[in-house]
Amino acid sequence: MSTMKERFAPEPERYEFSAAPMHQFELARRDFFKVLGAGIAVFVVAKEALPAQETAAGSRSFHNEELPKEITSWLHVGEDGVVTGFTGKAEMGQNIRTSISQTIADELRVPFESVRLVLADTTLTPFDAGTFGSRTTPTMTPQFRRVAEAARNLLIGVAAKEWNVAPEGLVAADAKVTDPTSKRSLSYAELARGKTLAQNLPAEDPITPASEWKIAGKPLPKVDGRAFVTGRHQYTSDIRLDGMLYGKVLRPPSFGATLTSYDDTAAKAMTGVTVVRDGDFIAVAAPSAHEAQKALDAIHTQWKEVPQVPSKEIFSHLKKNAEPSSNERFRRQKGSLEEGLAAAAHRIDATYNVAYIAHAPLEPRAAVAQWTDGKLAVWTGTQRPFANRDELASVFHIPESNVRVIVPDTGAAYGGKHTSDAAIEAARLARATGKPVKVVWTREEEFTWAYFRPAGVIEVSSGVTGDGKLTAWEFHNYHSGMSGIETPYDVANQLTQYHQVPLVLRSGSYRGLAATANHFARETHMDALARVAKMDSLEFRLKNLSDVRMRAVLEAAAKSCGWPRKKTQEGQGFGLACGAEKGSYVATCAEVAVDRASGSVRVVRVVEAFECGAIVNPDGLRNQVVGAIIQGLGGALFEAVEFENGHIKNPHFSAYRVPRFRDVPEIEAVLLDRKDLPSAGAGETPIMTIAPAVGNALFDATGIRLNNLPLVPNGLRAA
Amino acid sequence: MAKAMEIEVNGKHYAVSYPADTPLLDVLRDELSLTGTKYGCGEGQCGACTVLIGGAPKRSCQIPVSAAVAKPVTTIEGLEKEAKLHPVQQAFLDAGAFQCAFCTSGMLMSSVGLLQKNANPKREEIVQSLQGNICRCGTHPRIIEAVQHAAKMMQERGR
Repeated sequence: MSTMKERFAPEPERYEFSAAPMHQFELARRDFFKVLGAGIAVFVVAKEALPAQETAAGSRSFHNEELPKEITSWLHVGEDGVVTGFTGKAEMGQNIRTSISQTIADELRVPFESVRLVLADTTLTPFDAGTFGSRTTPTMTPQFRRVAEAARNLLIGVAAKEWNVAPEGLVAADAKVTDPTSKRSLSYAELARGKTLAQNLPAEDPITPASEWKIAGKPLPKVDGRAFVTGRHQYTSDIRLDGMLYGKVLRPPSFGATLTSYDDTAAKAMTGVTVVRDGDFIAVAAPSAHEAQKALDAIHTQWKEVPQVPSKEIFSHLKKNAEPSSNERFRRQKGSLEEGLAAAAHRIDATYNVAYIAHAPLEPRAAVAQWTDGKLAVWTGTQRPFANRDELASVFHIPESNVRVIVPDTGAAYGGKHTSDAAIEAARLARATGKPVKVVWTREEEFTWAYFRPAGVIEVSSGVTGDGKLTAWEFHNYHSGMSGIETPYDVANQLTQYHQVPLVLRSGSYRGLAATANHFARETHMDALARVAKMDSLEFRLKNLSDVRMRAVLEAAAKSCGWPRKKTQEGQGFGLACGAEKGSYVATCAEVAVDRASGSVRVVRVVEAFECGAIVNPDGLRNQVVGAIIQGLGGALFEAVEFENGHIKNPHFSAYRVPRFRDVPEIEAVLLDRKDLPSAGAGETPIMTIAPAVGNALFDATGIRLNNLPLVPNGLRAA
Repeated sequence: MAKAMEIEVNGKHYAVSYPADTPLLDVLRDELSLTGTKYGCGEGQCGACTVLIGGAPKRSCQIPVSAAVAKPVTTIEGLEKEAKLHPVQQAFLDAGAFQCAFCTSGMLMSSVGLLQKNANPKREEIVQSLQGNICRCGTHPRIIEAVQHAAKMMQERGR
């Protein structure tokens, strides 16, 4: 296993947009306290950036120094007792504002309500590569635990000095430091008053074990929940600045089309309208969205379109256009496939196809841009504020220090909001008009000009002995990606390879990346192998699985769904699937009901067991797990982007079906809390196994093996 | 051409001047700054823009502002009374029935519309009423739970 990790890990997932390098952090310490007010501050610094002699415990004087460049998070305790944590991560519904606040409150020993978080603001927060890859919980919660612990010790130190006693005997609790001997106490607010104390410390593992958490680990409700149920929360698309104009961008009729004629006379004549043409960027700004649309409609253009691959032919295209795959980084081999297959009693070869799908976050891409004295401020819903900042700086040829990107808590992303498209568009229009400009993409633009989860073709050849031991495993993924490509099962002879293919549609990250495609192929194939070996599919998996955490989720899911289930009615079926990725483990059991006469397919019940180490907030985690199951049902059953000659044929919710209330089965999420293990992220892994579990249940119900995602876009009528 | 009209929103009367076919959604958001009502698709397919018009849930992206004249409009901002949440808002809060929460306003308005018409809806009736509202985060089970909880609270309060 470790060899596999070593070989594959250094290569970033092809469709996870690559991280930008570290950047200069401009705020000096004196400015920091000027902005935030006096108090106590602690900064987490990447370990290698600290001088060798400096240790975590070393309280070091810090006067008149620049902050280190490699700071990754920090915490401030103000004179009013308000605790503020700073990180470049963004909130998009995954509920990190709550879980990080809990962690800080827990370690600093303050009420949960006194903690504020400043997220994803390139001027106020430290550099962060982006909110993706389920990295927030594993990286940010230990860091904030470290800063909170250090801040607590600083506060104890201030009290000890004040009382002229040894700090060791003092107790920090309920936002105050108490001396148990003299019964004196001082609140954190009192201790912070008039101070400008700061400390750097290295990022290390958390100190307080999960078994001793008091606020973390609890199902606390979402921070600012009231702002969301009253409509008061301002998403990017809700922001309105004084004098703000509304922008609209003219899109080509198809991908790759080139402009052949252009006439904006009528649009330019409209009152209050500004038309911008800069290279192939054509856009308008007007005092209202309505006027902007009218102006856009009045621009006359003609385009030369080019023939392109249609969705109907995508899988054969991907297979045919694979790049020569001599690249060792994408290939792992062990044992001998020939010997493995020779030892097998049964062999199965199968091909699995996975369609392009769209993220379709309910808040489309949006940005508000404002220029002031050559400096640009942009509010936008993005997962990568710092990369957006750098792209804006590069596009407008200005220093990064002149760009500020602020991310209001966003109407979801699911991996789909890495790019800075809307930000660049709004900023270009704002520069041309000298006024703030808001650009909000239409749903059709979102479905067409964003990017997609890439399609893929996966070929699997395998062998199994008569008594159900895997002997050979060959797995080729074309185009969709490497996440979750590695089999967790024990197979002595295996070859795993990823084959790159030049992009057909603009493609990028999607919740879980290629792990969904790879798990669909693998777990469907495992079900087929169990059938030829005449074994129960749970028993078959366990027989080939030594990973104890994987066994634990499988057994938990099986127990809760009552596996093995006996079919009690026509068209009923049950299916299992399991997987592990990004440090967390999942197993899913699905029950389906198929009516072959009408072709209707219904997912009746889903039980999913999930384990991500120590749980920080079981309530938020449950939302993420149940949400992943429901979102995953779309890609499993019916979602697919259809295209032809560079046109998206279904860029509307009326034509691109997403899961709705009627599609939602009874769902039971079984959360395994491993307090002895570090907390892993949970945003992605729970989506990986719903498709194969449903596919396997459909086979159980009908005897029809479905190897393509989506499984049943048109139902499953009797032949 | 812009036309002068008077509309009533959340009990207040507003004089607005817009082309008669302008979607009510645009007037609410851009003119009245009632941004709790969301744009999600502009095609009446996602329900994020749901408001009550004369007490019935409607997609404000599909209703021309001229059609909202003479009928009271209620938006998400009109549910809270004297700093007290509407039972449906409270129920969503209690159930944690949101993640990114961009669909929440529309879900709330559709649910309020349902409960005004049917004080004790069956699960299937809730599903039917919310079928036109999309939640991409997959919070559906909690939303159903919240509506059931709200129905109970409203009955107990004898509303």
